[in-house]
Amino acid sequence: MRWFWIDRFTEFVSGKYARAMKAVSLSEEVVDEYAPGLTYFPASLLIEGLAQCGGLLVAQVSDFHNRTVLAKIGNAKFHRQVHCGHVLEYETVVTGFQPQGAFVDGKIRLGDELVVEVDLMFAFLNDERFESVTLFEPVDLCRMCRLMRLFEVGLHEDGRPISVPEHFIAAEKAALINSH
Amino acid sequence: MASNDEVFEKIKVALIDALGVDDDEVTPGATLVGDLGAESIDFLDIVFKLEKAFNITIPREELFPEDILTSTTYVQGGKLTADGLSELKKRMPFADLSKFESDPRVQDFGNLLTVKDLTNYVSAKIGG
Repeated sequence: MRWFWIDRFTEFVSGKYARAMKAVSLSEEVVDEYAPGLTYFPASLLIEGLAQCGGLLVAQVSDFHNRTVLAKIGNAKFHRQVHCGHVLEYETVVTGFQPQGAFVDGKIRLGDELVVEVDLMFAFLNDERFESVTLFEPVDLCRMCRLMRLFEVGLHEDGRPISVPEHFIAAEKAALINSH
Repeated sequence: MASNDEVFEKIKVALIDALGVDDDEVTPGATLVGDLGAESIDFLDIVFKLEKAFNITIPREELFPEDILTSTTYVQGGKLTADGLSELKKRMPFADLSKFESDPRVQDFGNLLTVKDLTNYVSAKIGG
């Protein structure tokens, strides 16, 4: 299964906020297999989409060097079900940033209607226990960012575009050479 | 200036929110780890919530003096030396270390901090 729960970023300001969209489709297996007979998009995957939107937002600040994981979900409120054909807008706003982790307010809207609101806490697994751990291969993380159009819309706070980190480009080149 | 009771009440709200504990579990004598079930990841959340609630900055080393607890000068045979203890007391004047002093095993430090210690720390921080 493809583990992408937002379709693309529409706005992305480094360390501040990100907006993304997702179109829910009947071609997604989860829509009818999660609860056979009922076609709705699982609430847990709405949270996962916000975690992807917010996780990439806070990871980008370190050029994706911080090993960023979703550590806590707080105050999750689900206001309505999501069905096929719905186009959702995801919004994640950084509310706190510390050396050990970051805090994000997440919301999903369907038009003017609030669908989900949640507080997310991300931890940066950077201490010595995780030195040898790679959570995401750089080439995979880079692909995810490119597929979600992060580098096409991403800006720094001063308006400069966010460029693809050097270590991502190196990983892509290495993967290309290895594939030949 | 907030009274100790007001500080305690705000801390209680933060702990209930961060740890999912009940109102009556958050007593001054409750230890964060042993009694309230805080795990290491929760401390990040607690610190963030306290910083927001009181508009303060909490440097990690003030509440968790890891440099002392991992120092080869201050730790011998898994216990803090007399110098280590005196350094710890200087750094954590808000904490009741009397019980820890009798057998200062580093592994027990994690379960030392109580709600009262946290209240004392925040009160001092906001100028109490």
